[in-house]
Amino acid sequence: MIDRHLLVLQVVIPLCGAPLVLLVRHREAAYGVALTVAGVAWGLAARIVYRVASEGTLSYALGGWVPPWGIEYRVDALGAVAVGLAATVGLAGLVFAPRSIAREIPHERHYLFYVLYLLCFTGLLGISVTGDLFNLFVFLEIASLSGYVLVGLGPSRRALTAAFQYLVLGTLGATFIVIGIGLLYQATGTLNMADMARLLPGVGRTRTLVVALAFFTAGLSLKAAVFPLHLWLPNAYTYAPSVVSAFLAGTSTKVALYAMLRLFLSVFGRTLELEWAPLHAMLTVMASFAIIVASAVAIFQSDVKRLLAYSSVAQVGYIVLGLTLMSVNGLTASVIHLANHAFTKAGMFLAVGCMVLRLGSSDLATLKGVGRRMPLTTAAWVIGGLGLIGIPATAGFVTKWYLVSAALQANAWILVTLIIASSLLAVVYVWRVVEVAYFRAPDGEAGAVEEAPAAMLIATWILIGATLYLGLFGSGPVGLARRAAEMLLRGAP
Amino acid sequence: MSLVLGLFNYWVAILLMMTGFFTVIWRSNFVKKVIGLNIFQASVFLLYITMGKVHGGTAPILNDSAVYTHPLPSVLILTAIVVGISTTAVALALIVRIHEAYGTVDEDELHHLDDPA
Repeated sequence: MIDRHLLVLQVVIPLCGAPLVLLVRHREAAYGVALTVAGVAWGLAARIVYRVASEGTLSYALGGWVPPWGIEYRVDALGAVAVGLAATVGLAGLVFAPRSIAREIPHERHYLFYVLYLLCFTGLLGISVTGDLFNLFVFLEIASLSGYVLVGLGPSRRALTAAFQYLVLGTLGATFIVIGIGLLYQATGTLNMADMARLLPGVGRTRTLVVALAFFTAGLSLKAAVFPLHLWLPNAYTYAPSVVSAFLAGTSTKVALYAMLRLFLSVFGRTLELEWAPLHAMLTVMASFAIIVASAVAIFQSDVKRLLAYSSVAQVGYIVLGLTLMSVNGLTASVIHLANHAFTKAGMFLAVGCMVLRLGSSDLATLKGVGRRMPLTTAAWVIGGLGLIGIPATAGFVTKWYLVSAALQANAWILVTLIIASSLLAVVYVWRVVEVAYFRAPDGEAGAVEEAPAAMLIATWILIGATLYLGLFGSGPVGLARRAAEMLLRGAP
Repeated sequence: MSLVLGLFNYWVAILLMMTGFFTVIWRSNFVKKVIGLNIFQASVFLLYITMGKVHGGTAPILNDSAVYTHPLPSVLILTAIVVGISTTAVALALIVRIHEAYGTVDEDELHHLDDPA
């Protein structure tokens, strides 16, 4: 019974959980409900990933209407990666949340925070499971709208302007995506992505399709914060509540990138090849700038959350770069990096959240000597940082390995140099924090702080542990990513 | 002639789209930005509805052999309108909070308040 309706339950359960939390109101009870819902959603996601890995693509006809007439939910190897990462980061964030938001959000608003969190969670899972393009837009907006409000809940007043900026740019992006969907619908008469991929070659390379592709590129790049359309991201991640930064950094840009891979390769793949359009050159240049410029800017940040935000822009660049290489290795790097970076960056933001709880700020100056006062938290941050650099045994290494081999295969020596240069820049910005955290004496107040509460540490270490697992024994997930890459390259729906 | 009149709705959609987009980017007042965003979204609604319109078509009610206008784009736009309203509501709520916190809703003045240089 559950297995038959697995895909729809993945969306319906958190969607129904949100109003339930609203009705419960009581702070602790609301948290209990939200945590149960996220736990169940994680269990369903684990089942979906397991079934996709063993049986292949899953499909579900909503309301019994046969696709392409009805809405289809469909999860293949690529979708399974997205579902898995969204559910894991979402659950870890919720385990982390109560102690962290107790300091950052007024107590009487906590239940509203959980409502928004579950709605955002629903949207992200929905994007990952749906096979219908318009449905994807609706879920994208559910996730984004709740995301804007979550950012706006941040403790400083700058959170409000950051949220507004995010809203304006996010809505422009979403509207571009709707235009793209409309043009595709005009050309094919279907909204089902698999069906669309089948019909598009018959349409040919018309101007309608080129324009649709252009709108999708602009819209999804805004949502995924592809350089130089990342302007909303640094402020949003810096001023949002700590747990929201971790949740959004881990999931929202990754899910938008998932949609980008899906559209560029599965839907358009056999009609407008990426190499054909000027798009390819543009994306390569944008991604190259992202990994160098954003990493360099990260070095000069005095706030650790902002430093991580710029590092995120660079990491998004790696994913796009893997996409532009258009080979099995390159795409494997992109797909596996969706998960690798989601876990690494969310884990690091959670570690920063622990420091903010104890020290009251994420400014580098207040973190002096934190490595000795909060050893477990800082160790988690450092392991995450090693992952950003791409040290062997971390998940980041697996990505870099595939990315560099793909670039070598393509004889793209410039890209290899850029990837290595970007890793060296990452060494610098990670080292800046390590130096302050371990080699500076704590002054005054910072000398008396103790380690973060157990629940927050557990959530942080689950994500950091996941990156180590992916780095050391990641052949299963890499196999799934490789399957996704091969499927995307074939342009198979 | 048909390039202008035959595609009249599309020209209007493009005009609205650019007006809205320009307002969002150029105006520093947040309320005006939201209005621009609304115009921008409305242009897309028009684009969709034009797409589904069949000349001389009526509402798709099964009673005779009349020509029907394609209903699906209209239904999609119904959803998009709901999304647009929700976005506007969230944006206006944020503007109220920004006004409470800063006493202004002008982008340039806000930058000045946050980073007095």
